[in-house]
Amino acid sequence: MSLAKLTVSALAVAAVSATAAAAQSRDTVQVAGSSTVLPYANIVAEAFQENFDFTVVVESGGSSTGLRRFCEGVGENTTDIANASRPIRESEIATCAENGVTDIIEVRIGYDGIVFASDINGNSFEFVPSDWYLALAANLPVDGAMVANPNTMWNEVNPDLPAQEIAAYIPGTRHGTREVFDENVILQGCEDSGAMAAMMEMGMDEDAAEEACMEIRADGVSTDIDGDYTETLARIAANPEGIGVFGLAFYQNNTDSLQVATMSGVTPSTETIASGEYPVSRPLFFYIKAAHIGVIPGLKEYAEFFVSDAMAGPDGPLAAYGLVSDPELAAVQATVANEVTMGN
Amino acid sequence: MSVTTEGGAPEPRRTSLLELDARTRRRNRSEARFRAYGLAAVTVAVMALVLLLVSILSNGLSSFRQTFVSFPITLDADVLDPSGNRNPEEMQSVLTFSYGPLVQQAFVDHVAALGIETDLPASALGDMISDQAPAQLRAAVLSNPAMVGETIDLQLLANGRVDGVFKGRVTMESAERDALISPEQLILAEQLRAEGSIITRFNWDFITAPDASGQRPEAAGLGVAIMGSFYMMLVVLAFALPIGVAASIYLEEFAPKNRLTDLIEVNISNLAAVPSIVFGILGLAIFINFAGLPQSAPIVGGLVLTLMTLPTIIIATRASLRAVPPSIREAALGIGASKMQSVFHHVLPLAAPGILTGTIIGLAQALGETAPLLLIGMVAFVREYPAAPLDGLFDPASALPVQVYSWTQRSDPAFVERASGAIIVLLVFLIFMNAMAVLLRRRFERRW
Repeated sequence: MSLAKLTVSALAVAAVSATAAAAQSRDTVQVAGSSTVLPYANIVAEAFQENFDFTVVVESGGSSTGLRRFCEGVGENTTDIANASRPIRESEIATCAENGVTDIIEVRIGYDGIVFASDINGNSFEFVPSDWYLALAANLPVDGAMVANPNTMWNEVNPDLPAQEIAAYIPGTRHGTREVFDENVILQGCEDSGAMAAMMEMGMDEDAAEEACMEIRADGVSTDIDGDYTETLARIAANPEGIGVFGLAFYQNNTDSLQVATMSGVTPSTETIASGEYPVSRPLFFYIKAAHIGVIPGLKEYAEFFVSDAMAGPDGPLAAYGLVSDPELAAVQATVANEVTMGN
Repeated sequence: MSVTTEGGAPEPRRTSLLELDARTRRRNRSEARFRAYGLAAVTVAVMALVLLLVSILSNGLSSFRQTFVSFPITLDADVLDPSGNRNPEEMQSVLTFSYGPLVQQAFVDHVAALGIETDLPASALGDMISDQAPAQLRAAVLSNPAMVGETIDLQLLANGRVDGVFKGRVTMESAERDALISPEQLILAEQLRAEGSIITRFNWDFITAPDASGQRPEAAGLGVAIMGSFYMMLVVLAFALPIGVAASIYLEEFAPKNRLTDLIEVNISNLAAVPSIVFGILGLAIFINFAGLPQSAPIVGGLVLTLMTLPTIIIATRASLRAVPPSIREAALGIGASKMQSVFHHVLPLAAPGILTGTIIGLAQALGETAPLLLIGMVAFVREYPAAPLDGLFDPASALPVQVYSWTQRSDPAFVERASGAIIVLLVFLIFMNAMAVLLRRRFERRW
């Protein structure tokens, strides 16, 4: 049985050496989270490593996944930074606190526009939020009762739109983008179209009405895309009638195959989003675990570099890629420099 | 030959052998049909393979060539070395942002010097050079600070869209709609190419350079991914081969036949059929959360793939041990060898080619595996090469198949070409490994 002994001892040696090696301190900054923030984080990580002698590893996975891993606890086996395309939720802060992650620094890096784009050779669209609500809601209030959404053509929703079948590709629920879409487009459209008022007349309270507003139909007219924008693009290439929801940066990289729709008469661009004219935009964030500053080499330097004028400023590479620069960047820089945690 | 009916004369045969009756014709027809089905099946399979290869090769071969712009750059000492003592450590404080304008100005001057008339503003000219160029220049200057103050000729990467012009990806029509390149830039690129300032050549950097951000598809390479995959294969080989061979020798030669060993055998076969993502979840729970190994490290990827490869190796090893005739064992035992001597001196060497073949096929399987790596943080943007083993096994790295995956998610269309190029590299590795397995089998396998 010496072989069995050999195997067992080899395994034991492997296990011991593995844990011994893991005990050595980590010298890479670990970042995970939103796939919307990912390209920006990649650009920053690249420029940061070109200029400084630190290592940064950026993972994707979505805002919720990133924040969940971020809140797993403090220590070298947990991530240092969570990228998020939406603000952290109260429930996530509570989970974080339970696991000992009490000091979180919130860093807003800028704004991202959410655009509606279709095949370059197809019809062009000029939307208002209520078009999207009437096209995608699961149930619509008609004469005091909720009925299943009967609309299948865009011109049934709004006579000004072309007679084209409704085929929408919207981000899946694991994306932070979906939350913004639900609130800034669907809920807004629900209020604008008077459907919300009609629901409340029917006796729903405000929360129930909002929930009914944001319920998306599941009869195949609208498709949730759980992958990335490249998947949405592929769907539109396969179905030229389709309309997809994209980030502004993605659209700007693919203007040769996509045309963008206006929303409430405004064409999305970094300028119209910065000025607040374009209605569907949201801030992008990353969250730093303050307890790791000073422990993980390069963490604070990376965060400061990220929000520096040279990177996140209006003429920096992030803006060139499609990020709308934060008008209050100086305040954000101060937050990072002084390590101001949330709630302080 | 004839059927005798009861109480009557033999009935004469109705047809001759030379004339086919209906039944024979039907049988022949069904055989012909079956052959046609078989041929159709083979044709479909071959067509699918050809289609796959053609689409990957036509998309991806161009990624091995890259467009470069060469022009003289004056390295302004005031900008690059303000303190003036050519100390690389001090010069490190000059960031790439200071090198960018230098590159742009040098390119503008070069276009003017060639006598090419253009209405494009300086920033539009600068956009034709890759964002990687300032980093290329900075690295060159820091490695040889004596260059500062001189004028040097350097080959810098062209922007991905300019590169696309010479690969047929960007046309005049698409440039008109494209926000990132204008028809004027396209015309200028053609003129510069005629002057010899823009060349497209083979690009080793695609294989050796690390990944690049979405802004620089032209600079993205497979270096870190290839190293990560190589390290994982080392780990798989180091763990799976000894464990797998030891386990199979014990099970095949020493283990008593009872319900327990039967159960183990059934479970090993079942393990081979477990979806690979399950091993990823296991790896996340055991190696990262419990054992505390680092995220994104080849050691974790390697251990997970070891678990996945073990059943393949055990099954292959046991089959080749079983193929060694019992007479060899008996002869060895008969002249006084111990059980262990008979196994290690006689059976194992004869089974070795089969074991190696199984191992290589298991490794090839592991090399192409993506799903379990998604869960242990290997889908990451890593720019730093991992160090040499063993420390390097704990450094973050990427892997070839996940590099393909992450490139297909980037927004710039130039990454489609990169992803196909990465698939070609992966396929070359796989073909090489499988060819080696076939070769070993042909060369050393013995039949009894």
